[in-house]
Amino acid sequence: MAAPRASLNLVAPVWNGVTKSIRDLSSSVAPKGSQKKGKRLLQFLADRFYDVEALREYLLQKQVSKVHQENRSFTYIKERYGPYVAGAYFVLKQGGAVKFQGQEWIQSSGRRPSSLELLSFQAVPVESVDASDCAINYEGLDNLLALKELQSLSLQRCPHVDDWCLSRLYQLADSLQELSLAGCPRVSERGLACLHHLQNLRRLDISDLPAVSNPGLTQILMEEMLPNCEVLGADWAQGLKSRPEKQSQDTASPTPA
Amino acid sequence: MFRGAVHLCAGRGRLGRRLSTLRGGSALGWAGKVSEIKKTLQSVLPGGAWNSLYDTSHLPPEQSDVVIVGGGVLGLSVAYWLKRLEKQRGAIRVLVVERDHTYSQASTGLSVGGIRQQFSLPENIQLSLFSVNFLRNINDYLAVVDDPPLDLQFNPSGYLLLASEEGAAILESNVKVQRQEGAKVCLMSPEQLRNKFPWINTEGVALGSYGLEGEGWFDPWCLLQGLRRKVQAMGVHFCHGEVTRFVSSSNRMETTSGEEITLKRIHEVHVKMDHSVEYQPVECAIVINAAGAWSGRVAELAGIGKGPPGTLQGTKLPVEPRKRYVYVWHCPQGPGLESPLVADTSGVYFRRDGLGNNYLGGCSPTEEEEPDPENLEVDHDFFQNKVWPRLAWRIPAFESLKHPVPPQVRSAWAGYYDYNTFDQNGVVGPHPLVANMYFATGFSGHGLQQAPAVGRAVAEMVLEGRFQTINLNAFLFSRFFLGEKVQEHNIF
Repeated sequence: MAAPRASLNLVAPVWNGVTKSIRDLSSSVAPKGSQKKGKRLLQFLADRFYDVEALREYLLQKQVSKVHQENRSFTYIKERYGPYVAGAYFVLKQGGAVKFQGQEWIQSSGRRPSSLELLSFQAVPVESVDASDCAINYEGLDNLLALKELQSLSLQRCPHVDDWCLSRLYQLADSLQELSLAGCPRVSERGLACLHHLQNLRRLDISDLPAVSNPGLTQILMEEMLPNCEVLGADWAQGLKSRPEKQSQDTASPTPA
Repeated sequence: MFRGAVHLCAGRGRLGRRLSTLRGGSALGWAGKVSEIKKTLQSVLPGGAWNSLYDTSHLPPEQSDVVIVGGGVLGLSVAYWLKRLEKQRGAIRVLVVERDHTYSQASTGLSVGGIRQQFSLPENIQLSLFSVNFLRNINDYLAVVDDPPLDLQFNPSGYLLLASEEGAAILESNVKVQRQEGAKVCLMSPEQLRNKFPWINTEGVALGSYGLEGEGWFDPWCLLQGLRRKVQAMGVHFCHGEVTRFVSSSNRMETTSGEEITLKRIHEVHVKMDHSVEYQPVECAIVINAAGAWSGRVAELAGIGKGPPGTLQGTKLPVEPRKRYVYVWHCPQGPGLESPLVADTSGVYFRRDGLGNNYLGGCSPTEEEEPDPENLEVDHDFFQNKVWPRLAWRIPAFESLKHPVPPQVRSAWAGYYDYNTFDQNGVVGPHPLVANMYFATGFSGHGLQQAPAVGRAVAEMVLEGRFQTINLNAFLFSRFFLGEKVQEHNIF
């Protein structure tokens, strides 16, 4: 039954400032006008016909399951060749780059990576992973968390990395020294709070996170939380406005953020 | 004759006037007439509410397969799973009856919103694990086409339970059970606690258990609205009214041991509308009692507990409302962003709220200090006398606020626990005598965090007749009669 839209003026909290439906997250760039018209027509039909609504739900489910399929864990490869090869294969399949200890960066080219070239690195631990722009999610992170000597991890602009994924990173606390989360649309200050486990972290990049409500304050709190780490991100003075005539009043009263 | 002529003229005049009004009336009221005819036609055609006498759109339907009493997070969760697990699309008609659509007194909206796996019963741990999985994938479960995705504002910061010397052994055995079930919890010694959380005063603490993953707190209102939206899209009817009566039939049956018992079956639910005496009898096959703090009253309406004490007929549903306070205060030098929800040995708990060094917390009162659950007024003296001293002892940073002024409580509220006076754990499943009433209530403060899993369990019980995913046979109603307590340690 189509949802009665008039009565549904409920508080449906949206991403901070980014109101996108699930389909839009992975939609390609298309001319705005025609996309809007197409969407409106589909919505019109879905409100009136059960079949169209069921079809749209099915397409939505297909998109979701596609992401899940890409993030399945390669248990066979893990058992046969070890966690390092499995993790590297996973990253290369997603479209990222991997660097073994003492080797050069291995980029993923267009074709599927063959495990043959990775077979020689069975006992060599993976040092760095660059998973920028990959569709990696909570389940897919399983493959990365097995890499116990990982020193540098880059998850820039990953659309499915969210606070839940960050809460899993404590398993890499012993080795991780560099972490980059720049541009991830779903990471908020609540996920950043659980990075306090990573006491060996030396470089943390939290710039350009649209879901963080107060970037300047978050930067200060992160620096307090990880004293040995260099936190790159927003300038702490970003959120402040200069009000020279009211300065004396401001210092008198405590200002809760 | 003259008078007759006058009458005739007058009559003709009247006739003439009538003719003219007819002509004039048809010209003026034509649009009105057309709209009247349109309205009547629309109500006669299928899809319209054919009731020319009065509008009945606010009344619930006359028949419904399942009636869920209570539209909080548990009731909506049961509705969701019933529609999701039904064999055919649209097979089950579900009606949710909620008395207060602003949810002003409902436990869901007033909850602190925490979720943890640190329980001692394996069933509770499994319920919580399932619910955490549900919340993590909430946009896969509750996705509605064209609506924005839900943001639960989940803080994965974990729970930290502190135990003194006496409780240390229990805590350790609890953590063992939790790890067996798959929860990610670790034990911490006082030294490790001091290293990790330097703002804790570890005097008197022998052991701490810290949840590493899958624990934290979220926005319960968002979950409620997400469930409502999805459940409406799946075709569940909502009704704004109060259940005042159950009409049931009784059968005298004999048990295998020859004892005579009376089996009841509810046939009709009378739903009374707000601010009126109007009510609608809804014929139903199954009734689900998810009324939260008022489940005891709803059970009494169905005749549960009316009998000689000590028998199965005389066993009441031991769920009653208990009031709990939550206070919000501000402390600029308080624990940092990494602080979990800390639960002290004395029963006091607190957590951070947002980026601005605001904290919220409270304490469970002892049996003698139980406040009167008549209303939701907040007692600020309770904070000053019971909560603050213990909190300031455990977290010295809070103590610094005592001088020169007493601690600044920014705001406070009160909410109800649907408190199970028997063993403080939920009641799930059918009643042994009232064959078609199912319970999903009595969770005494951890209903929100177990709601998705309990909803699935009750839906499985209704549709399949047994629990399939998680075995909740320990939480059936019959334990009240048999006297088997399933007690949890460390409930606060």
